[in-house]
Amino acid sequence: MKPAIQVEAIGKRYRIGQRRRYLTLRDRLGGFVHAPARLLKRAPSLGRQREIWALRDVTFQVQPGEVVGVIGRNGAGKTTLLKILSRVTQPSVGWAEIRGTLGSLLEVGTGFHPELTGRENIFLNGAILGMRRREIARKFEEIVGFADVAEFLDTPLKHYSTGMQTRLAFAVAAHFEPEILLVDEVLAVGDLAFQKKCLGKMDEAARGGRTIVLVSHQMNQIRRLCTRAIWMDAGRLRMDGATAEVVSGYESAMSRGDLNDRPESRESEAKTRFLGWRLECPAETPSRHLLDSLGEVAIHFELRLTEPLRHGHHGVALFSADRELIWGKAVNGLNLEPGLHRISYTFACLPLRPGPYFWRVSLWQDHELIDLWDCLPEMVVATPNLQHPRDEWSGVLNIPCEVTLREIEAAGSSEQPGLVRASYL
Amino acid sequence: MSLRELWAYRELLYFFIWRDVKVRYKQTAVGAAWAVLQPFFTMLVFSLFFGRLAKLPTNGLPYPIFYYCALLPWTYFAASLQNATNVVVEQQRLVTRIYFPRLVLPISAVLSGLVDFVVAFGMLLALMIYYHIIPGRAVLLLPAFLLLTLLTALGFGLWLSALNAMYRDVRYIVPFVVQFWMFASPVAYSTSLVPERWRWLYGLNPMAGVIEGFRWALTGVGFPPGPLFAASACGVVVVLLGGLFYFGRMEGTVADIV
Repeated sequence: MKPAIQVEAIGKRYRIGQRRRYLTLRDRLGGFVHAPARLLKRAPSLGRQREIWALRDVTFQVQPGEVVGVIGRNGAGKTTLLKILSRVTQPSVGWAEIRGTLGSLLEVGTGFHPELTGRENIFLNGAILGMRRREIARKFEEIVGFADVAEFLDTPLKHYSTGMQTRLAFAVAAHFEPEILLVDEVLAVGDLAFQKKCLGKMDEAARGGRTIVLVSHQMNQIRRLCTRAIWMDAGRLRMDGATAEVVSGYESAMSRGDLNDRPESRESEAKTRFLGWRLECPAETPSRHLLDSLGEVAIHFELRLTEPLRHGHHGVALFSADRELIWGKAVNGLNLEPGLHRISYTFACLPLRPGPYFWRVSLWQDHELIDLWDCLPEMVVATPNLQHPRDEWSGVLNIPCEVTLREIEAAGSSEQPGLVRASYL
Repeated sequence: MSLRELWAYRELLYFFIWRDVKVRYKQTAVGAAWAVLQPFFTMLVFSLFFGRLAKLPTNGLPYPIFYYCALLPWTYFAASLQNATNVVVEQQRLVTRIYFPRLVLPISAVLSGLVDFVVAFGMLLALMIYYHIIPGRAVLLLPAFLLLTLLTALGFGLWLSALNAMYRDVRYIVPFVVQFWMFASPVAYSTSLVPERWRWLYGLNPMAGVIEGFRWALTGVGFPPGPLFAASACGVVVVLLGGLFYFGRMEGTVADIV
């Protein structure tokens, strides 16, 4: 049987450079004198540039009816791969072939317009996804029931709460039934009850014989829904096989700190920018972005100011792989001169569960955002696991603790209770 | 660029137009009347300054009729051109997340202006009744002139749309160019103002033929389409084909640069 999706040596190259502003005709007309044809060429060059390969030499096949999970760190190229398969962007090299109707959910609520009512947005969003009007009309009641927004159908979307909007967006997406479905991390929306419904829908779709490619950071979702998994690492396909194998390969690499760092250059002469971050532990670590001790650790962020900062406000936040906020802090009243600065946070201990985490730093001045950076590379925590061995009971924190057991009163005896001290770690 | 693919996405095209029109008039006090107010007030200003005061020739037509007949297609053209220029960049989120033939966007921009055109046309009928102007058989050609306006807007709009995705200042140049273009077209004056020997150059402006054609079809007065008109129609076809080709070439990379 011919594969539903066939990808052959796909690569995607991006030119990144100092994008201070979009190119204007004024700049190009200056160059017009030298090379008239360049004016009309696509993708105008922007001076100093580097090339990065977001995807490199990716080859795989998906058979009809397979449910494949795609895992990997942020920036590994998962979304780029889906974008290429959805024909949103073109590969620089290689080709891909899709056999069957394709639908992609790179984001929910695409095309939602706040001025239109819920009803109108259902039709609009459905049409944008690729559903025919008749199909939307047929499934209309189901969609409304799934999202639970029946009373608000005729109010403009801007009056909906964010939760309602997301539910509505997902409800439309969930009733979209192409032969091949590409889903990009959109299952992590809504409250727990709604997420269950969404997972249920995905289950249905999978069992219904549809081909699904699912990108997710949530390993339990991947394990539950997918028979096969693909691990993308720094643009390359690192592993392709049975879910259990690939997921455990990925997880053990994470905890080992097996990193494929791809540092992002954030230098910019014109703007105040955060340039980089690193860890500092008293003990030696294999990498400046790997945390493998539960002792004292300092996190340093480098900031280059091109202008003086007055009454500045700095925020830092730590997110888990599931985009949950673990910790955040704000520092106010900063007055700094232009130059290179280092902001350091020293912790007695960062008791985090092993896995990837993301720092986010921001700099504000008088309510105006100067720079916001989702730090790359991620921080990988590879501390020994002090938690419950079962997944669903291990939680988010990895707090070192000492366990003592002591008998306070012996049953049916007047003896002095002995002190049994045992240390359990 | 296949027409078949475009046809397959016709429902999406409809939804884009429907959305643009709905959103444009939601929460406005006056609603669709906005489509009429702009050409109407321009007509008043022209009638006063170019007509009454400057006494520019109008081939015997009452000033309001003369100007409104031209402002009707002109307003449609100018609005469609600006909308087509902006549409790809404005819909950046859609373009980077969903696949559909990008051509749908400028086409929807040009077609959604037709709704405003129809509303403004109602005002024209009212004016014609008021001034007792009865169109002759030439009015049957009116849809052809409208189609040519549409194709001109689409042709230039495709070029501008693609260029604007690359060079963001194009959208700011367009209003200026349109202003100038209006005065290079027989909107505020009649072609009879242009000396005979320069009329061929003047006729290269595709909108010149369209505007005079509109006036002639509606009132029977003015310049019936002639060789000049044919020349400008050919020019429009060339611009349109070039625009389709250029837009098509840019389509592949638009998600990366927008």
